[in-house]
Amino acid sequence: MENKLKVLVAKPGLDGHDRGAKIVAMALRDAGMEVIYTGLRQSPEEIVKAASQENVDIIGLSILSGAHLKLCERIQKLMKESDIEDKPVFVGGIIPAKDVKKLKEMGIYEVFGPGVPLKKIVEKVKEAVK
Amino acid sequence: MFDNEELEQIKKQRKKWEENVVEPTVKRFPERKEEFKTSSSHEIKKTYTPLDVEDLEYVNDLAFPGMPPYTRGVQPTMYRGKLWTMRQYAGFGTAEESNERFHYLMSQGQTGLSVAFDLPTQIGYDSDDSMAEGEVGRVGVAIDSLDDMETLFREIPLDKVSTSMTINSTAAILLAMYIALAEKQGVSPDKLKGTIQNDILKEYIARGTYIFPPEPSMKIITDIFEYCSEYLPGFNTISISGYHIREAGANAVQEIAFTLADGIAYVEAAIDAGLDPNVFGKRLSFFFNAHNNFFEEIAKFRAARRIWARIMKERFNVENNKALRLRFHTQTGGSTLTAQQPLNNIARVAYQALAAVLGGTQSLHTNSYDEALGLPTEESVTAALRTQQIIAYETGVADTVDPLGGSYFIEKLTSDIEKKVMEYLSKIDDLGGMVKAIEKGYIQKEILNTAYEYQLNVENQKEIVVGVNKFQTDEDAEKEILEFDPEIEDRQKEKLKTLKEKRDQNTVKEALEKLKKAAKEDDNIMPYVLDAVKHYATVGEISSALRDVFGEYTEAIIL
Repeated sequence: MENKLKVLVAKPGLDGHDRGAKIVAMALRDAGMEVIYTGLRQSPEEIVKAASQENVDIIGLSILSGAHLKLCERIQKLMKESDIEDKPVFVGGIIPAKDVKKLKEMGIYEVFGPGVPLKKIVEKVKEAVK
Repeated sequence: MFDNEELEQIKKQRKKWEENVVEPTVKRFPERKEEFKTSSSHEIKKTYTPLDVEDLEYVNDLAFPGMPPYTRGVQPTMYRGKLWTMRQYAGFGTAEESNERFHYLMSQGQTGLSVAFDLPTQIGYDSDDSMAEGEVGRVGVAIDSLDDMETLFREIPLDKVSTSMTINSTAAILLAMYIALAEKQGVSPDKLKGTIQNDILKEYIARGTYIFPPEPSMKIITDIFEYCSEYLPGFNTISISGYHIREAGANAVQEIAFTLADGIAYVEAAIDAGLDPNVFGKRLSFFFNAHNNFFEEIAKFRAARRIWARIMKERFNVENNKALRLRFHTQTGGSTLTAQQPLNNIARVAYQALAAVLGGTQSLHTNSYDEALGLPTEESVTAALRTQQIIAYETGVADTVDPLGGSYFIEKLTSDIEKKVMEYLSKIDDLGGMVKAIEKGYIQKEILNTAYEYQLNVENQKEIVVGVNKFQTDEDAEKEILEFDPEIEDRQKEKLKTLKEKRDQNTVKEALEKLKKAAKEDDNIMPYVLDAVKHYATVGEISSALRDVFGEYTEAIIL
């Protein structure tokens, strides 16, 4: 039997829109994964610390405020410092197409905008750790 | 409203219709779906008749417009007298840019201002705070001090506009800045018209810009009620908001139930603080969402008015009719906008706006079609404003009051929503009131369950979203959106630095100390906040002084 995937779903920055993050967290849980949801207003430091302490397989970030570039940059830098830069990072939110490109170039595994089916998110998450 | 003989005849005919007409038809041509439902899982029948509204009493349950319980509208002539206020929510970047957008919107016929603040301003951090990194000027305008406020309202006379400010945990500070700015313009506070959102309970439930725990937050809110009753009689001191509750995934019934439950909590807190609901009740306003289910939305607005009038009268013994009126702003549903085929959103917004108008809204924001992609462009904002103007000037729907009143379907839906909302309210009372219900996570869980269920229904196509799970097209063209200038944050920080250098540090320090003392001793903090902003104390400094006294809220994680 394969091990249960462990996912950290986090809300970095000051953004309070948590509907998407919670729904995705519930869908991943219903797909058999172990999900840790951080709640609002987590600093990059807190998120990376949680990811490394909980030894998660995947990190999902939900950002709808437009602060995605700076926040992802800081989180990736901290992940490197904690030696967990190999963990795939997903981002969900309102992300302009241009920035999607940038985020992927920075090494973000996948970016999900509005309207992406939960099924697809679950598939991508599973694919990321194969 | 009907006599028994007539009802008997209708019953007979209904039986005939069902047996001889409907049954054979449905056998040959089954209906599109097995069941038809509203967003609140309320079953919708094939058709509605007087039998569905036989208990309705016109004078008690509907009444004429401008008469309690205000089901048909809060004013006697509604839009025949004055159209609703067209109020587009705007603000981004620095105060200079937002000021330009305000002037543009007013030149296009907008009749009220609505300020969007960035998250650091809403959560009480200055632009140079590490918590603010990447967020400055993003979802609204960055305001650090009175200096920015002066720029934001440059060449806008405050006695000539009504201004709505979406600000909650830092509402006292931004309101104080608005008052201070008015004084500088030579406008006395009693001439000021507008609204502050000031609704902290829904921040814990849905929107997330809280700072302090519920108890001190409620104290600040009642301080504002008290201060404004005396000095700003024309200002709406709160906008009790269902909008964000709905956006978080609630259905129509939950939106109204939880918003009115918040309203009850504020009224109770103010009464406990010794205020008279006959007075402050006049300045309460509400803010609702207009979603897709057209008739349910119209019924929802009507039901909300009726329930609130009854609550104020029966629960709080309010005698002044003006304090029974539920006046509200509406915004079309942001979460209904799709990133796919964004032009379709213009049609969605138009129907939602129409529902708000048929439901008797006092002011309206129509979303721009590109808001699932980013902040709206000038072109898309103009199209959104034009949508309202077309409803107002071309469709004729504003020419009579409550045109759908008396529709069997609408009246039945209105009564059913009222019933379901009352069930929720009594459940919340059983839990010990709204603050307790929120602290227990009950409200958040109810909303999340509805949101998740909806999403699953979209996935299995029980719910159709045009362009998303049906009628998709291949799109890969990059859509034009408002470009955000990354240097805004640096410019704002620079501005703040200059301000901190040129102001008198000692008077700032003194003002902040006095504010802390007032907060500790449970005095009304408003005069002290006003004094601090006049000395150019910043949003971050004032919030931080209050954090020292009141502490910070930590979220109950509900999943």
